[in-house]
Amino acid sequence: MTIYLPIAELPVNIFTLLALGIAVGFISGMFGVGGGFLMTPLLIFLGVAPAVAVASVSTHMAASSLSGTLNYLRRRLVDVQLGLVLLAGGLTGTLTGVLAFMLLRRFGQLDLFIALSYIVLLGTIGTLMVIESLRALLRNWRGEPARVRRPGAHPWFLRMPFKMRFRQSRIYVSIIPVVIIGFTIGFLGALMGIGGGFLLVPALIYLLRVPTLTSVATSLMLTLVTMAAAIVMHAVLNQTVDAVLGLVLMVGGTIGAQFGARAGQAMKAENLRLLLGLLVLGVGLRVAADQIRQPADLYAVTVDEAKR
Amino acid sequence: MRPATRLARLGALALGIGLFGVMAIARVQAQPAPERQGLVLSLSKARVTITSSFSGDSIVLFGVVPDDLGGATPDVVVTVRGPNGSFVTWKKARRFGLWTNAESRSFLAAPAYLAVLSTRPPAEMAEADTLRQEQAGLANNRFVQRIGTDYADVVPGDPFRQAFLRVKQTQGLYFERPDAVEFIAPHVFRAVIPVPGIAPIGTYEVQVKLFENRELVARGRLPLEVAKVDFEQSVATAAQHYPLLYGLATMFGALAVGFVANLAFRRD
Repeated sequence: MTIYLPIAELPVNIFTLLALGIAVGFISGMFGVGGGFLMTPLLIFLGVAPAVAVASVSTHMAASSLSGTLNYLRRRLVDVQLGLVLLAGGLTGTLTGVLAFMLLRRFGQLDLFIALSYIVLLGTIGTLMVIESLRALLRNWRGEPARVRRPGAHPWFLRMPFKMRFRQSRIYVSIIPVVIIGFTIGFLGALMGIGGGFLLVPALIYLLRVPTLTSVATSLMLTLVTMAAAIVMHAVLNQTVDAVLGLVLMVGGTIGAQFGARAGQAMKAENLRLLLGLLVLGVGLRVAADQIRQPADLYAVTVDEAKR
Repeated sequence: MRPATRLARLGALALGIGLFGVMAIARVQAQPAPERQGLVLSLSKARVTITSSFSGDSIVLFGVVPDDLGGATPDVVVTVRGPNGSFVTWKKARRFGLWTNAESRSFLAAPAYLAVLSTRPPAEMAEADTLRQEQAGLANNRFVQRIGTDYADVVPGDPFRQAFLRVKQTQGLYFERPDAVEFIAPHVFRAVIPVPGIAPIGTYEVQVKLFENRELVARGRLPLEVAKVDFEQSVATAAQHYPLLYGLATMFGALAVGFVANLAFRRD
């Protein structure tokens, strides 16, 4: 059964879309990430224009992150204060990202930049996560006790001025690195069509030493606000939000996320991190392979957006 | 309208006038017999409506050859052009081990959809000059490129031009079917115009040209509309005319779905 997408202007099989939503939702529920880094490339593969894909995925991510945030809010795991400081940097970053998006598209190098960002980011984060979780697994296997976080042993960037106490996260750190992290996530999110959860969660855990669950919960809240803002921004600036596409993805995604969350809770944290690391690394390697291999057709045609 | 767009339109217009002049002179020289206008054309539907279940359509074109034309069956070329758009063709090259967009050419005012249907390959119907002048055959259509500050069409062998046609054909938006026009009676022909699901919205032009004895003998044209209706139309209109309202509505809709899902799957 096909359904015609009014903004993307193409017919797609509704069951393909639903299955896509469920699969990505399952992964995002399992690992507590938005799944934009999987959904956006898959939609582009289905023939949706990149601008429409990026904008419409944000509706799906707003829905699934609200659902997740509510769960964590009930369990009092969201650090609202930390979220707000991150958001201050995040929204500035989003605006800078949108401007960079326009500039790169004009020079025709947007695709290259997106591919390079995917390779560098996913490759680095994926490798780090795999190494870290393998070490943790090895420690467990040898029966060594897990390292305990030592208070006061802060790296230099957390000892910068403008320190602030985040009670929920039990940290007392400078807000400069927090704002910079928020800015980076917002910038890359606007540019790459990702929520940034898979970047933010490790950044909070490893750089700011925020407890794992609070990191996931706060990251979801940040995704919720930035994605809600992104829907309105894309709708007003680019008119590329396809509500029908978003709705189908959302329905599949929220269902998938519930099963994913159950599957995730049944697993050990180290195994979960190892799997996510492998997934992130796999996507990065796939993008790298596409860039290195000689394309079947050396030519490509794009619509000249500036002349529209 | 932006200044850049206006400039491009002016350029295209000037070029069009120039070409028209050349064509008019050429036709006077090449065609002693006056062109007949008695070609009767009809489409099975003048309007393709896009509803939520739209996944492509086929429009049938019927044509009746004028009586005063000689007894032989003429050659027919049906050209359907979709709304114009600007496209950039990129050539990839290897840089630092990565394949990146290196060179580009801008194609201005090229049809977003182009179907060339005929009774036999257009190349067999008339001289290459005549075909190029009448834009009969896929490769004989004009694709104006911007090269630096100039606007011009280039030789058919230009790699960017060939790549543009090839990519558009792979996308399923350009067609060339040299057997798609058939005569169902001595003077009546029929052609099926494929409208794919990804066909762009807008006004299309169906142009029919009849060739006999390697000369153009008759021509006719009809408009064809491709438009969204009902729900599809309202969504597109809302997104275009009330972007803020549409964005807010979509946002609250998304949040509502998230909220409902959270309640539905609540476990405590």
